[in-house]
Amino acid sequence: MAEVLLRVTDLTAGYAAPVAGPLGFELCRGEILGLAGPNGAGKSTLLKALWGGVKVFGGRVEKAPGLTISHQAQGFDDLRGVPLTGLEMLQLTGATPDGLPPWLEERLHQRLDRLSGGQLQFLRLWACLTAPADLVLLDEPTNNLDRAGVAYLADWLGRAHGNQGIVIVSHDHTLIDDVCTRIVEVGT
Amino acid sequence: MSFDLLFDPLFRVPFFTGLLLAGMLPLIGMYLRLRNEWLAALAFAQMASAGALLAMVLSWPMIVGGVLAALLAALAKGLMARAGANAYALMLLFAWGGGVLLVANHPLAEQAGHALFDGQLYFTGEGHLLAAGLACVVVLPLLAWLSRPLLLGRFFPEFYRARGRDERPRLMLFDLLAGLVVALATVSLGVMAAFALVFVPPLLAYRFGRGWRPGLVLAAVIGMLGYSGAFTVSLGFDQPFGPVCALLLVMLIAVPSVKCDRM
Repeated sequence: MAEVLLRVTDLTAGYAAPVAGPLGFELCRGEILGLAGPNGAGKSTLLKALWGGVKVFGGRVEKAPGLTISHQAQGFDDLRGVPLTGLEMLQLTGATPDGLPPWLEERLHQRLDRLSGGQLQFLRLWACLTAPADLVLLDEPTNNLDRAGVAYLADWLGRAHGNQGIVIVSHDHTLIDDVCTRIVEVGT
Repeated sequence: MSFDLLFDPLFRVPFFTGLLLAGMLPLIGMYLRLRNEWLAALAFAQMASAGALLAMVLSWPMIVGGVLAALLAALAKGLMARAGANAYALMLLFAWGGGVLLVANHPLAEQAGHALFDGQLYFTGEGHLLAAGLACVVVLPLLAWLSRPLLLGRFFPEFYRARGRDERPRLMLFDLLAGLVVALATVSLGVMAAFALVFVPPLLAYRFGRGWRPGLVLAAVIGMLGYSGAFTVSLGFDQPFGPVCALLLVMLIAVPSVKCDRM
Protein backbone atom coordinates (compact mmCIF):
# COMPACT_ATOMS: atom_id res chain seq x y z
CA MET A 1 0.00 0.00 0.00
CA ALA A 2 1.25 3.50 -0.86
CA GLU A 3 2.64 5.68 1.95
CA VAL A 4 0.11 8.00 3.59
CA LEU A 5 1.39 11.57 3.30
CA LEU A 6 -1.46 13.46 4.88
CA ARG A 7 -4.41 12.63 7.09
CA VAL A 8 -6.97 15.42 7.59
CA THR A 9 -9.77 15.00 10.10
CA ASP A 10 -12.71 17.43 10.58
CA LEU A 11 -10.55 20.43 9.64
CA THR A 12 -12.08 23.88 10.05
CA ALA A 13 -9.93 26.90 9.27
CA GLY A 14 -10.08 30.64 8.75
CA TYR A 15 -8.60 33.95 9.82
CA ALA A 16 -10.31 35.82 12.68
CA ALA A 17 -13.07 33.21 12.67
CA PRO A 18 -13.58 29.85 10.94
CA VAL A 19 -14.68 30.30 7.33
CA ALA A 20 -14.12 26.85 5.85
CA GLY A 21 -14.65 23.22 6.67
CA PRO A 22 -15.13 20.73 8.07
CA LEU A 23 -12.95 18.71 5.74
CA GLY A 24 -11.58 15.21 6.02
CA PHE A 25 -9.47 13.06 3.70
CA GLU A 26 -6.38 10.92 3.45
CA LEU A 27 -3.76 11.38 0.75
CA CYS A 28 -1.22 8.78 -0.32
CA ARG A 29 1.92 9.19 -2.39
CA GLY A 30 1.01 9.05 -6.08
CA GLU A 31 -2.51 10.36 -5.57
CA ILE A 32 -3.97 13.58 -6.97
CA LEU A 33 -6.82 14.87 -4.87
CA GLY A 34 -9.16 17.55 -6.16
CA LEU A 35 -10.92 19.93 -3.79
CA ALA A 36 -14.08 21.00 -5.57
CA GLY A 37 -16.86 23.31 -4.52
CA PRO A 38 -18.61 26.59 -5.25
CA ASN A 39 -16.91 29.99 -5.02
CA GLY A 40 -16.61 31.11 -1.41
CA ALA A 41 -16.66 27.58 -0.02
CA GLY A 42 -13.18 28.13 1.43
CA LYS A 43 -11.18 25.76 -0.78
CA SER A 44 -8.08 28.00 -0.86
CA THR A 45 -8.30 28.61 2.89
CA LEU A 46 -8.41 24.87 3.55
CA LEU A 47 -5.47 24.35 1.21
CA LYS A 48 -3.44 26.91 3.18
CA ALA A 49 -4.49 25.26 6.45
CA LEU A 50 -2.72 22.08 5.32
CA TRP A 51 0.67 23.72 5.87
CA GLY A 52 -0.23 26.22 8.58
CA GLY A 53 -0.77 29.29 6.40
CA VAL A 54 -4.06 30.11 8.15
CA LYS A 55 -5.48 29.50 11.60
CA VAL A 56 -6.86 26.04 12.29
CA PHE A 57 -9.95 26.25 14.51
CA GLY A 58 -10.79 22.59 14.75
CA GLY A 59 -9.84 19.12 13.60
CA ARG A 60 -6.38 17.74 12.85
CA VAL A 61 -3.81 17.74 10.08
CA GLU A 62 -1.39 14.85 10.49
CA LYS A 63 1.66 14.80 8.22
CA ALA A 64 4.07 11.99 7.47
CA PRO A 65 7.37 12.50 9.32
CA GLY A 66 9.73 14.85 7.41
CA LEU A 67 7.05 15.74 4.86
CA THR A 68 8.10 18.61 2.59
CA ILE A 69 5.36 20.77 1.09
CA SER A 70 5.37 23.00 -1.97
CA HIS A 71 2.48 25.45 -2.27
CA GLN A 72 1.54 27.32 -5.42
CA ALA A 73 -0.58 30.22 -4.22
CA GLN A 74 -3.15 32.06 -6.26
CA GLY A 75 -2.06 35.42 -7.67
CA PHE A 76 1.27 37.13 -7.06
CA ASP A 77 3.00 40.46 -6.85
CA ASP A 78 3.60 42.60 -9.87
CA LEU A 79 7.03 41.42 -10.98
CA ARG A 80 7.54 44.00 -13.69
CA GLY A 81 10.96 45.57 -13.56
CA VAL A 82 12.70 42.82 -11.58
CA PRO A 83 15.64 41.51 -13.61
CA LEU A 84 15.17 37.80 -13.01
CA THR A 85 15.21 35.20 -15.78
CA GLY A 86 12.92 32.19 -15.97
CA LEU A 87 15.83 29.84 -15.31
CA GLU A 88 16.86 31.85 -12.24
CA MET A 89 13.30 31.59 -10.93
CA LEU A 90 13.28 27.81 -11.32
CA GLN A 91 16.65 27.59 -9.56
CA LEU A 92 15.18 29.44 -6.56
CA THR A 93 12.84 26.60 -5.67
CA GLY A 94 15.20 23.87 -6.87
CA ALA A 95 12.84 23.04 -9.75
CA THR A 96 14.06 21.48 -12.97
CA PRO A 97 13.58 22.88 -16.47
CA ASP A 98 13.42 19.30 -17.80
CA GLY A 99 9.98 18.57 -19.18
CA LEU A 100 8.96 22.18 -19.75
CA PRO A 101 6.88 22.77 -22.87
CA PRO A 102 9.05 23.84 -25.83
CA TRP A 103 7.31 27.21 -26.10
CA LEU A 104 8.56 28.05 -22.62
CA GLU A 105 11.89 26.27 -22.65
CA GLU A 106 13.17 28.54 -25.40
CA ARG A 107 12.33 31.60 -23.30
CA LEU A 108 14.04 30.46 -20.10
CA HIS A 109 16.87 32.95 -20.46
CA GLN A 110 14.55 35.90 -20.90
CA ARG A 111 13.58 38.18 -18.05
CA LEU A 112 10.26 37.37 -16.43
CA ASP A 113 8.85 40.74 -17.38
CA ARG A 114 9.41 39.86 -21.05
CA LEU A 115 7.06 36.87 -20.76
CA SER A 116 3.30 36.91 -21.25
CA GLY A 117 0.99 36.49 -18.26
CA GLY A 118 0.24 32.90 -19.26
CA GLN A 119 3.91 32.01 -19.74
CA LEU A 120 4.78 33.54 -16.38
CA GLN A 121 1.95 31.68 -14.64
CA PHE A 122 3.04 28.37 -16.19
CA LEU A 123 6.65 28.95 -15.15
CA ARG A 124 5.63 29.86 -11.63
CA LEU A 125 3.45 26.78 -11.48
CA TRP A 126 6.32 24.66 -12.77
CA ALA A 127 8.67 26.12 -10.15
CA CYS A 128 6.32 24.81 -7.42
CA LEU A 129 5.32 21.62 -9.15
CA THR A 130 8.82 20.29 -9.79
CA ALA A 131 10.49 21.68 -6.67
CA PRO A 132 11.77 18.92 -4.40
CA ALA A 133 8.69 18.18 -2.26
CA ASP A 134 6.58 15.22 -1.17
CA LEU A 135 3.30 17.10 -1.26
CA VAL A 136 2.34 19.76 -3.82
CA LEU A 137 -0.61 22.08 -3.20
CA LEU A 138 -1.92 23.82 -6.31
CA ASP A 139 -4.39 26.68 -5.97
CA GLU A 140 -6.22 27.47 -9.22
CA PRO A 141 -3.25 26.36 -11.37
CA THR A 142 -5.02 27.05 -14.66
CA ASN A 143 -5.65 30.75 -14.00
CA ASN A 144 -4.18 32.82 -16.86
CA LEU A 145 -3.16 29.70 -18.81
CA ASP A 146 -4.22 29.37 -22.42
CA ARG A 147 -5.66 26.14 -23.82
CA ALA A 148 -2.22 24.77 -24.74
CA GLY A 149 -0.94 25.46 -21.23
CA VAL A 150 -3.91 23.73 -19.58
CA ALA A 151 -3.55 20.73 -21.90
CA TYR A 152 0.18 20.44 -21.21
CA LEU A 153 -0.39 20.68 -17.45
CA ALA A 154 -3.13 18.03 -17.52
CA ASP A 155 -0.94 15.71 -19.59
CA TRP A 156 2.04 16.18 -17.27
CA LEU A 157 -0.02 15.64 -14.13
CA GLY A 158 -1.47 12.51 -15.66
CA ARG A 159 1.89 10.82 -16.16
CA ALA A 160 4.64 12.35 -14.02
CA HIS A 161 3.47 12.68 -10.44
CA GLY A 162 4.28 9.22 -9.11
CA ASN A 163 6.61 10.29 -6.31
CA GLN A 164 4.42 13.03 -4.94
CA GLY A 165 0.97 13.58 -3.55
CA ILE A 166 -0.89 16.50 -5.07
CA VAL A 167 -3.90 18.47 -3.88
CA ILE A 168 -5.56 20.72 -6.44
CA VAL A 169 -8.10 23.47 -5.91
CA SER A 170 -9.63 24.54 -9.18
CA HIS A 171 -12.84 25.90 -10.64
CA ASP A 172 -11.82 24.12 -13.87
CA HIS A 173 -13.98 20.99 -13.61
CA THR A 174 -12.48 19.49 -16.75
CA LEU A 175 -8.99 19.57 -15.22
CA ILE A 176 -10.25 18.15 -11.93
CA ASP A 177 -12.14 15.36 -13.69
CA ASP A 178 -9.26 14.57 -16.05
CA VAL A 179 -6.32 14.39 -13.64
CA CYS A 180 -7.60 13.75 -10.13
CA THR A 181 -7.63 10.25 -8.76
CA ARG A 182 -10.17 11.38 -6.15
CA ILE A 183 -12.40 14.41 -5.61
CA VAL A 184 -13.56 15.82 -2.28
CA GLU A 185 -16.42 18.29 -2.25
CA VAL A 186 -16.02 21.30 0.02
CA GLY A 187 -18.94 23.31 1.41
CA THR A 188 -21.68 20.91 0.48
CA MET B 1 40.64 73.50 -11.47
CA SER B 2 43.40 71.05 -10.62
CA PHE B 3 43.51 67.31 -11.00
CA ASP B 4 46.99 67.00 -9.47
CA LEU B 5 45.36 66.31 -6.10
CA LEU B 6 44.02 63.05 -7.51
CA PHE B 7 47.53 61.63 -7.34
CA ASP B 8 48.23 62.99 -3.87
CA PRO B 9 48.75 60.10 -1.38
CA LEU B 10 46.58 62.05 1.08
CA PHE B 11 43.51 61.21 -0.97
CA ARG B 12 44.24 57.55 -1.57
CA VAL B 13 42.70 56.34 1.68
CA PRO B 14 39.44 58.31 1.18
CA PHE B 15 39.25 57.18 -2.44
CA PHE B 16 39.63 53.47 -1.73
CA THR B 17 37.33 53.65 1.30
CA GLY B 18 34.62 55.16 -0.87
CA LEU B 19 35.31 52.76 -3.74
CA LEU B 20 34.74 49.71 -1.52
CA LEU B 21 31.51 51.20 -0.21
CA ALA B 22 30.41 52.24 -3.70
CA GLY B 23 30.68 48.60 -4.73
CA MET B 24 28.68 47.31 -1.76
CA LEU B 25 25.93 49.94 -1.50
CA PRO B 26 24.32 49.12 -4.88
CA LEU B 27 24.24 45.42 -3.97
CA ILE B 28 22.36 46.25 -0.77
CA GLY B 29 20.14 48.54 -2.85
CA MET B 30 19.29 45.71 -5.28
CA TYR B 31 17.78 43.67 -2.46
CA LEU B 32 16.12 46.65 -0.77
CA ARG B 33 14.45 47.49 -4.09
CA LEU B 34 13.45 43.85 -4.52
CA ARG B 35 11.61 44.10 -1.19
CA ASN B 36 10.21 47.56 -1.98
CA GLU B 37 12.19 48.86 0.97
CA TRP B 38 14.55 51.34 -0.67
CA LEU B 39 13.28 54.12 1.59
CA ALA B 40 14.74 52.20 4.52
CA ALA B 41 18.23 53.09 3.22
CA LEU B 42 17.54 56.79 3.68
CA ALA B 43 16.17 56.12 7.16
CA PHE B 44 19.31 54.11 8.04
CA ALA B 45 21.53 56.89 6.67
CA GLN B 46 19.74 59.57 8.68
CA MET B 47 19.88 57.44 11.81
CA ALA B 48 23.60 56.81 11.26
CA SER B 49 24.14 60.53 10.82
CA ALA B 50 22.30 61.40 14.04
CA GLY B 51 24.12 58.60 15.87
CA ALA B 52 27.51 59.82 14.66
CA LEU B 53 26.74 63.36 15.79
CA LEU B 54 25.55 62.16 19.18
CA ALA B 55 28.71 60.07 19.54
CA MET B 56 30.82 63.12 18.79
CA VAL B 57 29.05 65.15 21.47
CA LEU B 58 29.62 62.28 23.93
CA SER B 59 33.32 62.07 22.87
CA TRP B 60 32.86 58.62 21.32
CA PRO B 61 34.23 57.71 17.88
CA MET B 62 31.69 58.92 15.29
CA ILE B 63 31.89 55.68 13.31
CA VAL B 64 30.81 53.71 16.38
CA GLY B 65 27.85 55.99 17.05
CA GLY B 66 26.80 55.87 13.40
CA VAL B 67 26.98 52.10 13.14
CA LEU B 68 25.17 51.53 16.45
CA ALA B 69 22.35 53.92 15.52
CA ALA B 70 21.90 52.30 12.10
CA LEU B 71 21.93 48.80 13.59
CA LEU B 72 19.29 49.95 16.07
CA ALA B 73 17.26 51.25 13.14
CA ALA B 74 17.67 47.92 11.34
CA LEU B 75 16.40 46.05 14.39
CA ALA B 76 13.46 48.44 14.71
CA LYS B 77 12.71 47.95 11.03
CA GLY B 78 12.58 44.19 11.52
CA LEU B 79 10.24 44.54 14.49
CA MET B 80 8.02 47.06 12.70
CA ALA B 81 7.92 45.12 9.44
CA ARG B 82 4.16 45.45 9.13
CA ALA B 83 4.35 49.25 9.33
CA GLY B 84 6.42 49.21 6.09
CA ALA B 85 7.28 52.56 4.55
CA ASN B 86 5.50 54.44 7.35
CA ALA B 87 8.09 53.16 9.83
CA TYR B 88 10.98 54.25 7.60
CA ALA B 89 9.49 57.71 7.11
CA LEU B 90 8.98 58.17 10.87
CA MET B 91 12.50 56.95 11.57
CA LEU B 92 13.86 59.32 8.94
CA LEU B 93 12.02 62.33 10.39
CA PHE B 94 13.05 61.43 13.94
CA ALA B 95 16.72 61.10 13.02
CA TRP B 96 16.77 64.22 10.86
CA GLY B 97 15.08 66.30 13.56
CA GLY B 98 17.45 65.04 16.25
CA GLY B 99 20.53 65.52 14.07
CA VAL B 100 19.68 69.08 13.08
CA LEU B 101 18.92 70.06 16.67
CA LEU B 102 22.29 68.65 17.75
CA VAL B 103 24.03 70.68 15.05
CA ALA B 104 22.13 73.82 16.03
CA ASN B 105 22.85 73.54 19.74
CA HIS B 106 26.30 72.05 20.04
CA PRO B 107 29.36 73.80 18.59
CA LEU B 108 31.29 70.54 18.19
CA ALA B 109 28.50 68.99 16.17
CA GLU B 110 28.23 71.84 13.69
CA GLN B 111 31.30 71.08 11.59
CA ALA B 112 30.75 67.35 11.74
CA GLY B 113 27.12 67.90 10.78
CA HIS B 114 28.14 69.78 7.66
CA ALA B 115 30.62 67.03 6.79
CA LEU B 116 27.90 64.40 7.13
CA PHE B 117 25.25 66.31 5.23
CA ASP B 118 27.60 67.68 2.52
CA GLY B 119 29.60 64.48 2.21
CA GLN B 120 33.18 65.53 2.88
CA LEU B 121 34.76 62.25 1.94
CA TYR B 122 38.29 63.63 2.27
CA PHE B 123 38.12 63.55 6.09
CA THR B 124 37.93 59.77 6.19
CA GLY B 125 40.92 58.02 7.69
CA GLU B 126 42.51 54.61 7.86
CA GLY B 127 39.95 53.50 10.46
CA HIS B 128 37.20 54.02 7.88
CA LEU B 129 39.17 52.09 5.25
CA LEU B 130 39.76 49.23 7.65
CA ALA B 131 36.07 49.16 8.60
CA ALA B 132 35.00 49.22 4.93
CA GLY B 133 37.46 46.41 4.10
CA LEU B 134 36.23 44.28 6.99
CA ALA B 135 32.64 45.00 5.98
CA CYS B 136 33.42 43.73 2.47
CA VAL B 137 34.86 40.51 3.85
CA VAL B 138 31.82 39.95 6.07
CA VAL B 139 28.98 41.37 3.99
CA LEU B 140 29.68 39.97 0.51
CA PRO B 141 29.68 36.25 1.43
CA LEU B 142 26.67 36.72 3.70
CA LEU B 143 24.82 38.59 0.99
CA ALA B 144 25.55 35.77 -1.47
CA TRP B 145 24.14 33.32 1.10
CA LEU B 146 21.07 35.47 1.71
CA SER B 147 20.35 36.05 -1.98
CA ARG B 148 18.15 32.98 -2.44
CA PRO B 149 16.00 33.52 0.67
CA LEU B 150 15.56 37.18 -0.22
CA LEU B 151 14.51 36.35 -3.78
CA LEU B 152 12.23 33.56 -2.55
CA GLY B 153 10.65 36.01 -0.14
CA ARG B 154 9.58 38.14 -3.09
CA PHE B 155 8.69 35.48 -5.66
CA PHE B 156 7.46 32.65 -3.41
CA PRO B 157 6.67 34.21 -0.03
CA GLU B 158 5.27 30.94 1.31
CA PHE B 159 8.21 28.76 0.29
CA TYR B 160 9.90 28.48 3.70
CA ARG B 161 6.75 28.59 5.82
CA ALA B 162 5.16 25.76 3.81
CA ARG B 163 8.26 23.73 4.64
CA GLY B 164 7.96 24.59 8.34
CA ARG B 165 10.94 26.94 8.32
CA ASP B 166 11.06 30.48 9.66
CA GLU B 167 12.59 32.97 7.21
CA ARG B 168 12.58 35.90 9.66
CA PRO B 169 16.11 35.38 11.11
CA ARG B 170 17.53 35.57 7.58
CA LEU B 171 15.55 38.70 6.78
CA MET B 172 16.70 40.26 10.04
CA LEU B 173 20.32 39.43 9.19
CA PHE B 174 19.92 41.24 5.88
CA ASP B 175 18.50 44.28 7.68
CA LEU B 176 21.54 44.33 9.96
CA LEU B 177 23.93 44.06 7.01
CA ALA B 178 22.11 46.86 5.23
CA GLY B 179 22.26 49.00 8.38
CA LEU B 180 25.99 48.31 8.78
CA VAL B 181 26.96 49.17 5.20
CA VAL B 182 24.75 52.27 5.01
CA ALA B 183 26.12 53.48 8.37
CA LEU B 184 29.75 53.05 7.26
CA ALA B 185 28.93 54.82 4.02
CA THR B 186 27.14 57.65 5.81
CA VAL B 187 30.07 58.46 8.09
CA SER B 188 32.48 58.19 5.14
CA LEU B 189 30.57 59.59 2.14
CA GLY B 190 27.74 61.56 3.73
CA VAL B 191 24.00 60.93 4.01
CA MET B 192 22.79 61.71 0.50
CA ALA B 193 25.79 60.28 -1.36
CA ALA B 194 25.27 57.01 0.51
CA PHE B 195 21.58 57.04 -0.33
CA ALA B 196 22.25 57.92 -3.98
CA LEU B 197 24.58 54.93 -4.28
CA VAL B 198 21.95 52.64 -2.76
CA PHE B 199 19.17 53.99 -4.93
CA VAL B 200 20.41 54.94 -8.40
CA PRO B 201 22.62 52.04 -9.60
CA PRO B 202 19.90 49.45 -8.83
CA LEU B 203 17.38 51.59 -10.67
CA LEU B 204 19.52 51.26 -13.81
CA ALA B 205 20.35 47.61 -13.16
CA TYR B 206 16.66 46.73 -12.83
CA ARG B 207 16.04 48.37 -16.16
CA PHE B 208 18.99 47.06 -18.13
CA GLY B 209 20.11 43.88 -16.29
CA ARG B 210 19.66 40.69 -18.31
CA GLY B 211 19.17 38.63 -15.18
CA TRP B 212 19.69 38.85 -11.45
CA ARG B 213 23.41 38.12 -11.35
CA PRO B 214 24.21 40.34 -14.36
CA GLY B 215 22.05 42.96 -12.65
CA LEU B 216 24.12 42.76 -9.47
CA VAL B 217 27.35 43.13 -11.44
CA LEU B 218 25.93 46.03 -13.43
CA ALA B 219 24.77 47.83 -10.27
CA ALA B 220 28.15 47.45 -8.58
CA VAL B 221 30.02 48.64 -11.69
CA ILE B 222 27.73 51.66 -12.08
CA GLY B 223 28.19 52.46 -8.39
CA MET B 224 31.97 52.31 -8.55
CA LEU B 225 32.24 54.20 -11.86
CA GLY B 226 29.77 56.85 -10.71
CA TYR B 227 31.61 57.22 -7.44
CA SER B 228 35.01 57.48 -9.16
CA GLY B 229 33.65 60.11 -11.53
CA ALA B 230 32.16 62.09 -8.66
CA PHE B 231 35.39 61.86 -6.66
CA THR B 232 37.41 63.14 -9.61
CA VAL B 233 35.03 66.00 -10.40
CA SER B 234 34.60 67.15 -6.82
CA LEU B 235 38.34 67.09 -6.16
CA GLY B 236 39.24 68.66 -9.49
CA PHE B 237 36.69 71.48 -9.14
CA ASP B 238 36.98 71.79 -5.35
CA GLN B 239 33.32 70.98 -4.74
CA PRO B 240 31.68 69.04 -1.88
CA PHE B 241 31.57 65.36 -2.75
CA GLY B 242 28.00 64.53 -1.68
CA PRO B 243 26.07 66.81 -4.03
CA VAL B 244 28.43 66.09 -6.94
CA CYS B 245 27.94 62.35 -6.46
CA ALA B 246 24.15 62.68 -6.20
CA LEU B 247 23.92 64.93 -9.29
CA LEU B 248 26.20 62.75 -11.37
CA LEU B 249 24.23 59.61 -10.52
CA VAL B 250 20.93 61.33 -11.31
CA MET B 251 22.40 62.34 -14.68
CA LEU B 252 23.24 58.69 -15.28
CA ILE B 253 19.54 57.94 -14.90
CA ALA B 254 18.41 60.86 -17.04
CA VAL B 255 20.61 60.14 -20.08
CA PRO B 256 19.47 56.56 -20.83
CA SER B 257 15.87 57.53 -20.00
CA VAL B 258 15.89 60.26 -22.63
CA LYS B 259 17.65 57.99 -25.11
CA CYS B 260 15.16 55.17 -24.57
CA ASP B 261 12.16 57.49 -24.76
CA ARG B 262 13.32 58.75 -28.14
CA MET B 263 13.76 55.26 -29.57
